[in-house]
Amino acid sequence: MELDRIEKLLEQYFDGETSIAEENELKVYFSSSNVAQHLKQYKPIFGFFSQENKQQFKATIPLQAKKRNVVAWLSIAATIVVLFGIATFMYTNTTEKPKQLSDLGTYDNPEEALAATKKALTLVSQKINVGIGGINYINEYEHSKNKIFKK
Amino acid sequence: MNQKEFITIINPFKDKVFRMAKRLLVSTEEAEDATQEVMVKLWTKSDRLNDLRSVEAMAMTMTKNYCLDQLKSKRASNLKIVHSNYTDREASLQQKVEDRDSMNWVEKIINDLPEQQKLIIQMRDIEQYEFEEIAKIMDMNETAIRVALSRARKTIREFMTNTHNYGIG
Repeated sequence: MELDRIEKLLEQYFDGETSIAEENELKVYFSSSNVAQHLKQYKPIFGFFSQENKQQFKATIPLQAKKRNVVAWLSIAATIVVLFGIATFMYTNTTEKPKQLSDLGTYDNPEEALAATKKALTLVSQKINVGIGGINYINEYEHSKNKIFKK
Repeated sequence: MNQKEFITIINPFKDKVFRMAKRLLVSTEEAEDATQEVMVKLWTKSDRLNDLRSVEAMAMTMTKNYCLDQLKSKRASNLKIVHSNYTDREASLQQKVEDRDSMNWVEKIINDLPEQQKLIIQMRDIEQYEFEEIAKIMDMNETAIRVALSRARKTIREFMTNTHNYGIG
């Protein structure tokens, strides 16, 4: 390779006007053993460039991202199932209660209704009277207390 | 897309991503972290990768942005990325000590360049990208790339000529 050409290429190189092929030509020239004396200072530059692209990436790439996605989807699915479960549970519970109440029936005739209500209320008052009768003996305490602590 | 397909897509350029990250972050560990980060990000987008024209260009852009962010946050918190990879030069161990020294000089000069020029030197002179690709990755026009590249190369030349003429830099 003639020196003239190399010198010309070098000039273009420092102006950023060389092509990849021309730059490779320079790299080859400067990696050879017969570099002209006055160009020796450029040898390490091209030597450095050729040496640098031999470094390799040796660490492993942790490709866990997809798995994390699966976990996310699983948790979303689980949440939906749980929510659905709670929702159906609530729904069945709330709809059954009014059904039982309506099973009690009603009266269409107001007289009948009045009679039935009276009957129910007497029943209740009878029961209450029984309760009150049981409580009557408490007055006995009051009576004896008044005997002792005469006012 | 399964893992195997993804690996075959990223294999051709994962070393380039790593080297670019290392150029900016200097430390090997930091560069490995950055590469892993970028690859995992790509993996999460893997469903859309087929629509892209160049996955490699996108990966390089992501790496560039990630590393610059990283540098910015480190600087903001007054921390410096410290590298401990001094014995990384296996290839040059077999070469002459003098050669190794001057190559280390080149590396030092490049490390002192502005980040933009560092990236462009990395992509053009080391990875041999075409200007068109670099322009896309850097989001700049080709003329600006050429100007920055020329400036960076001339800075390196200036330092190397000084070192050569006076023996020391």
